[in-house]
Amino acid sequence: MEVFVSGNEAAARAAKAARPEVIAAYPITPQTEIVETLARYVESGELDSAFVHVESEHSALAACIGASSMGVRTFTATSSHGLMYMCEMVHWAAIARLPIVMVNVNRALGPGWNIWADHTDALSLRDSGWIQFYTSTVQEVYDTVLMAFKIAENQRVMLPVMVNLEGFILSHVMQPLKLVDEEKYREYLGEINIPHALNFEKPHTLGTVIPPDATYLMRYDMKKSISASDLIIKEVEEEFMELFGRRYSSIMEYRCEDADTVFIAMGTIAKEAEAACDYLRERGKRVGVVKIHQFRPFPWEITEIEAEKFIIIDRDYSPGGGGILAQEIKSRLYDENVKKEIVNVIAGLGGKDVSHDMIAKMIDKKGESWWEI
Amino acid sequence: MIEVRFHSRGGQGGVTAAKLLANAAFLEGKYSTAFAFYGPERRGSPTVSFTRIDEEEIKVYSQIWNPDCVVVMDPSIMDLVNVTSGMKKGGKILINGPNGDPPSFDGYEVYGVDATGIALDLNLKVAGTPILNTALMGAFARMGIVKLDSARKAIESMFSSSEKNIKAAEIAYDNLRKV
Repeated sequence: MEVFVSGNEAAARAAKAARPEVIAAYPITPQTEIVETLARYVESGELDSAFVHVESEHSALAACIGASSMGVRTFTATSSHGLMYMCEMVHWAAIARLPIVMVNVNRALGPGWNIWADHTDALSLRDSGWIQFYTSTVQEVYDTVLMAFKIAENQRVMLPVMVNLEGFILSHVMQPLKLVDEEKYREYLGEINIPHALNFEKPHTLGTVIPPDATYLMRYDMKKSISASDLIIKEVEEEFMELFGRRYSSIMEYRCEDADTVFIAMGTIAKEAEAACDYLRERGKRVGVVKIHQFRPFPWEITEIEAEKFIIIDRDYSPGGGGILAQEIKSRLYDENVKKEIVNVIAGLGGKDVSHDMIAKMIDKKGESWWEI
Repeated sequence: MIEVRFHSRGGQGGVTAAKLLANAAFLEGKYSTAFAFYGPERRGSPTVSFTRIDEEEIKVYSQIWNPDCVVVMDPSIMDLVNVTSGMKKGGKILINGPNGDPPSFDGYEVYGVDATGIALDLNLKVAGTPILNTALMGAFARMGIVKLDSARKAIESMFSSSEKNIKAAEIAYDNLRKV
């Protein structure tokens, strides 16, 4: 079945399909539609979840952490300042190894009150231990949220997953969406089983004082799990392809064969770059596009892209550092001893329009870092 | 690809109009997208919303700078905004206004429809404001952008009481004026 919906509605529909026992969320522009849609499903009886009305984002994630600690499936959604307000709990959820799924609608941070798209909100939590995905179509939002539950709840992963979509540009655009058979999906997803959940039969304590050695071991265990998740994610993507016919991967290549230059970006800019790529190919330029779908764990496959020149477009900025995506890619290339000509373009901050014409013109840029001023 | 830009005032239903048009195209088996630039709008301030329609997947998310078709939902907006900005030569302009000739624009096909009058006659209002977007759907059908039947289906799928709204589209279809 195909419907015509927004990115926000796609996120809510995917969450509904997974039937989380507990949903706790606080509305914030441009995410509000997700919370409203889920609340409507619960109110109408279409979705049998406990919908916890909280007074803040910090409490929203705290409620999910509490519920998840008791072993049930949980979901929340937020954006920008909401994500910043729950920051303490974001780290907590990952370190407590709770498979919570969160949708974050990327929006700029103030002041200068800006409600438009910017990846810096989620990227500022890059080191929290959450698996992170970035999406570029309404369909990809839906499919990625569906897969997020399966990935998070895998016994070898047990980490929370954040699915990102850009505010308004993707959260509010209406596009066709192919729905999955929810029964078939739930059969595939299976029952949730959190081995370390609180249990009255075998009581144990969470979050007590632990010595440095134990903390170090816990982080080492997290490292092993997030490294393993790279493989698990690939398995889930393969199974999703077999069951539902749509293929995703950590990096998604477009016309990269024989390309000497590639545009690399996350979210809708990567899709817009495909239009720029088509335009440049018609004019004989050997150009491709690499879309970064999976940001954490960061995909090593980027080092296998053969093009000599990488034009990395960041809708984010780390002051004193540069584009965050560019930094990640450079670090991976260094690890594998691969040298590329790299141009980093900072574009689209605060929802600034990034058109395919602008992207096509980036082809001639040289040197390190560019701002589209 | 057909790119349509809507000029309206906050509260006039410009975003819903863009969604209705895209939905009608989707129901015909085409690929379409609808979106808006969500500014800090207040009721009554000028707003823009957009629809793209194509046979294939649409990869472009940026705003529409060179539209094939422009819709003016409130004629007084033309005093504030250059509605033909960036428009492709020979493009279509649809202006909502009372019967009589709409203003002419050199090099464009101009159409007029009294969407406000149609809505008021049918008592189609939301919070006292006439619903313009369903009548506009009839005009789009007459202009050949979508079929009248898909316009009807799009209205049915997006409005809970669709009967009078479909009637509005049909009246607009029969009364579209070409300059």
